[in-house]
Formats: sequence, structure tokens, C-alpha cells
Amino acid sequence: MSLRTAPARRAAAAVVAVTALALTAAACGGTTKKSTDAANSSAPASSASANPSAASKKGLTIAYLPKQVNNPYFTISDNGGRKAVEALGEKYKEVGTNSGTDTAGQVSYVNTLTQQQVSAIAVSAQDPGALCTALNQARKNGVKVVTYDSDTNASCRDLFVSQASAEDLGRTEVQLMAKQIGGKGQIAILSAAQTATNQNTWIGYMKDELKKPEYKDIQLVKVAYGNDDAQTSFQQTQGLLQQYPNLKGIISPTTVGIKAAAQYLSGSRYKGKVQLTGLGTPNDMRAYVNNGTVQGFELWDPAKLGALAGYAAVALASGQITGAAGQSFTAGDLGSFTIGQDSVVVLGKPTVFDKSNIGQFNF
Amino acid sequence: MTMTAEPTPATAPEAPSTTGVLDRVLKVRELAIAAVLVLMLTATQLDNSAFLSQQGIKDLLLNATILVLVAVGQAVVVITRNVDLSVGSVLGISAFAAGDLLHGGGNPVLAVLVAVALGAAFGVVNGLLVSLGQVPALVVTLGTLYIIRGLDSIWIGSRQITAADLPSGFTTFGHDGLGVVPYLALLTAVVLVAAAYFLRSYRSGRDLYALGSSPEAARLAGVPVRKRILGAYIVCGALAGLAGALYLARFGNVDSGTGNGYELTVVSAVVVGGVAFTGGSGSVYGAALGALLLTSINSVLPSIGVSSVWVQAIDGVLLLLAIAVDRVVALRVAGLLRKRAAQTRSAHHG
Repeated sequence: MSLRTAPARRAAAAVVAVTALALTAAACGGTTKKSTDAANSSAPASSASANPSAASKKGLTIAYLPKQVNNPYFTISDNGGRKAVEALGEKYKEVGTNSGTDTAGQVSYVNTLTQQQVSAIAVSAQDPGALCTALNQARKNGVKVVTYDSDTNASCRDLFVSQASAEDLGRTEVQLMAKQIGGKGQIAILSAAQTATNQNTWIGYMKDELKKPEYKDIQLVKVAYGNDDAQTSFQQTQGLLQQYPNLKGIISPTTVGIKAAAQYLSGSRYKGKVQLTGLGTPNDMRAYVNNGTVQGFELWDPAKLGALAGYAAVALASGQITGAAGQSFTAGDLGSFTIGQDSVVVLGKPTVFDKSNIGQFNF
Repeated sequence: MTMTAEPTPATAPEAPSTTGVLDRVLKVRELAIAAVLVLMLTATQLDNSAFLSQQGIKDLLLNATILVLVAVGQAVVVITRNVDLSVGSVLGISAFAAGDLLHGGGNPVLAVLVAVALGAAFGVVNGLLVSLGQVPALVVTLGTLYIIRGLDSIWIGSRQITAADLPSGFTTFGHDGLGVVPYLALLTAVVLVAAAYFLRSYRSGRDLYALGSSPEAARLAGVPVRKRILGAYIVCGALAGLAGALYLARFGNVDSGTGNGYELTVVSAVVVGGVAFTGGSGSVYGAALGALLLTSINSVLPSIGVSSVWVQAIDGVLLLLAIAVDRVVALRVAGLLRKRAAQTRSAHHG
């Protein structure tokens, strides 16, 4: 699901950002990031300048185009978006493909939404480049484009709403694990596919965090790949435990991997002896937190992610922001957000779920 | 082919000596898989002494149970020279049905029965389409595979069953057992022995082999072709349904994608286990061994620290090896049969 690929897009976006920055280095003074992008990519630059004090326009239609409909994660996040959009008095709609890999299907949905003249599209892109032509066509026709969860290339959208920075995710998972094993012992990572770019980015930050002196007693012994398949993740977990009898903990930065590992641990003699943390959803992990297999894990709140995308889309369509770095907008009860480098808004640090708070979350 | 070894009265008289040889040749096929399996497990144990610990053996058995169940059902269908590609989606939808019932506070036994019944119902649909429609089973069941997946998406949508929705007794059943033998493995063993006994010792079981060896001859010999094919599909569907319920107990998590792509794993297990795709030969024990071999490879590699990217390539090599061995065995058996036919003829003349 989304966790697998999001930072892949972000990594790509970062590359684009670096290139763009290099190009604009001389012109930092007056040029906004946005106009550079437009110049580089023939993307339409919005001619109107931002007016932060403008009132939200009424009667806007905000269309959500998730990577996959019927995917529990996107259902939660889009429902969060619906609440935000409807609270502002605008119209919400959701369309999308049944498969998370039907990029051609996503392109044709973008084209349809453009023809329907929606005010803004909030899209979680299946591919960073494939949607670009269609999205820029939409922007030429006055449709604002916000990406959420998974970004496109930075030149094809007005704003990217990021769930959490890859760096935060990688580092906080190591911090959680260190706390659970008392800062000492062998640990392993159970990832998704070996080629999953986002997983590898997070793992890169985990390794970097482990270099800090306070983690000198923790050894990362192996990164295993469960391919986001229940049976494979089971068997990889078994292999880790057999290969490293002194293993103290496993970090699984994938929702499929962590729940499979938790299910295996809870039914084995390792329950409670080997710690498990990573990225998971409260509903998936509730049983294992309650039966003592897992102490704590983390994730962002997808409902808030969808809501933030909705607020950002309305702010864009109302002309309160254009997507340039440094502009800020209010997102209902989520507070105020400032647009960062490369037109990215970050939701915030991930939430840690444990026995004390898991009962309050239902997603 | 084994069918010819146990003739109906209408065919040639018994020829005990060659029958013995035939049986032995066919058994060698299963022994070979068992030998490979034992060799592989022993080598792994030598490399990593934790591999065959109590927990290790339990895990090996648990990993194989679900695939063994579906492979047994699939073998019954493949023996009749048909195939059921819809097993993956049947497994997924039955698992969800059982989970939905348990989530609503239903009885675990009832939930398992519902899963089996749902699987059997899809088996009826497949069986009727294949036997009445006279359409190749590959195409028909590919169609039902997609249809059931579609129903799955419509019915389940983005819902999922998580471990928290299930009664703790049900998930405990999924990983506990008597000593090193998990309950799920016991259940699977009972099903396996029953299926093997039926195929060996019942007239209707032998009919399935007859059908697979030569559908035309079987029809002329008075085998109720449609009824038998329908029966084979019902068994296959019911076992896929049962496997779905066990999947739920073992993994504690089901959504609309459960069982996606499972049909190909099942078909590989059956073929590696020596059940020929041309029908009429092989046994459910072979299929079960094939399933055990394939899942064990997935456990062996991580245990000795080999990257799991090799798994698929190894599975592929095994498949090709199995087909090559089958071809050699088939040629040998054909030779033996010719010899026997010659003997019978000379006996008649003499």
C-alpha cells in the first residue's frame, strides 16, 4: 500500500528539488521556486499572486484521486478529506482505479476530472512521471493540483502534502526500538520488497541514526525482505530468529510486514522476548499491543493527511496560496501550515501508538 | 495411468508382475521428492542447528498446511485432466466470510463450516460450467477467478478482518498444537489421508483417473463423466474454502486482496508433486509433498541467510525438473504397458 512507495516519490521530488535549486541559486532573491519550475518544465505558472487574506471561495469541487479505491488506508484518508472539504462548505468527490498499479487508469481519471472542470484535484500518484502531462493539462485549464501521500515530479503539481519526512520516520523508528530493548542488543529490519525505494530511504536514515554514540551497543544484523506478503513475511521472520538466536528486536517499516511479524511472534515462543516496532495501523496492531507482543509502533494519522490535502486544495483554489515556499495557510483544527522548500507541506512527526492511547484510534 | 493398473472387468485380465513394477515406478516419483526434501532439511539443520528446533518444526508444518490443503483439492481436479484456477479467489472470499461471521460474534466451528460451504458452492459453479459447457477448464476457471475476485472487491471493499476481530481461541487454534504437531497440520493430515484413500479404494475415485487418462474411453466404459467432474470441483472448492478458514486462523488478517496469485503457487506444488497436467496420473500424497517442498524452500533460504530473491528461480527449476522426470517416467510406463499387452496377447493365444 501507500507506505511502500510514498517516499520513492519524495526521493524523486528531492532530486528535482536539488536540480531546481542549483538552477535558481543565483536568483534566490526575487524568484520563487514556483516560477522556476514553470520555466523549466513548461508547466503553467499561475498568474495570480497569493492573497492570504482572501476568503475561501464557495461552491468549489475538490476531487480526490487516491492510488487505489477500496484500499483501507486511502478510505480513511479520503474520508478525512471529505470532512474537511464539507466543513468548509465545498463539494467533495472521490474517483479512482481498483488497482494500485493501473497508472493508465489514473491518467484517464485526471483527464475526466479536467473535462468536468473541478476546482482542484488531490491525487496520490501511482507514478512520479506518468501523470505529468495530464496534470499539467489540468493546471492549464485552471484546475489546482495537490498531491498527497505519494508525490509526482515537483513540476507537475502546485503542492505536495507529505505525511511525514522520510528522515523523521527512519530516525524515530530507531529511537522507539532503542527504548524497547534498553539500548542494547542485536536488531534486524523486516522490509517489503528489496526494490521499494521508500523503504530503502527510511532504512538509510535508520542506519544513519544508529551511527550516533548512544546506539553503540545496538547492532543491525540483517535487513530481510518479506515482499509485503503475509506468508513470506512470516518465513523471513522465522529465518531471522533462527539465524540470530540472540536477536532482541525487529523494525518493520511496512504495515503488511509488521502485522505479519506480530502475528507470528504472538503465536511463537518468542512472544514478549523479541521486541517489534515499525509502521503499522492501530486496527491491525490492536490485538498484539493488547496481548503484550508489541509495546509500541508509529504512523501518521491518514485522516489528518487527507484533511490537510483538502484544506490545501481549497486554499489554492481560493487564491490564498499559490504553492510558493514561505506562504502559509490555516487548516481548520489542524492549525497553521507553512509551505516548505519545493512546495511541500509536512503533516508533522509521526504519532506513536501504545497500550495507553491505541484505544482512541480507529483506522 | 494408474487407472490401467486396476482394470474394470471389461479390460484385460490381471498381470500381477508388471503391475508391481508399475506401482514401484510411480512410487519412486514420490520417494524422489521426499528424498530431496529430507536432504534439504538435513543440510539446513547441519548449517544452522536452530532450524529443526521444536519451534522450527512447528513452523515448517504450519507454513505448509494451507498450501497442502489447496494442493490436495487441485490434484483431484488435475487428475481428471482439468484445472481450477479460481482457488486463490475462493480462498480469499471464504476467509473473509468466516472472519465476518466471527467478527459478529459467531461460533468458530460454524465459521469454518460456512467457509467450506461457500467454497463448495463455488466448486459447483465451476464444475457445472466445465462439465456442461464443454469448455476448456483453464478458460472457465480463469473467468470464475476474475468474477470471484470482483465479488470480493464489491462485497469487502476496503474492509478488513484483523486479529482484534477474532476470538482468541480461534487464533490460538491457528498456532497451537500437540507437541510439535500443530492442530492445523493434524486437520490437514486427516483430509490428506481421506482424499488418498478415496482416490485409491473407491470406484468413483478410480473413475477420476479413468477420466483423466482417456475421457472418451471412460465415457464408453460407462463412467458418469459430468457427475465425476462436478464432484472433483466440489472437493477442490470445499478444500479451498477450508484453507481460507485456516488462513484466517493462522494469519489473523484478511482483506480483499487475500489469496491473490495463490493459484499459480498451488499449480506449481501439484506439478512438482508429480500430478501430471495431462491427467490420469499422480497422487494427492505427491501433491502434498510438492507443497511441503515448495514452502520449505522458502523457510530454508532465510534460515541459512540466502537472499529470498532466489526463491522464485529455484521454484522454476524445480518445476522444470519435475516435468522432465514425469516425461521419463511416462515413457517408461508406456514401455511397460506395451510389454504387458504383448504378454496378455500371447496368453490369449497360448
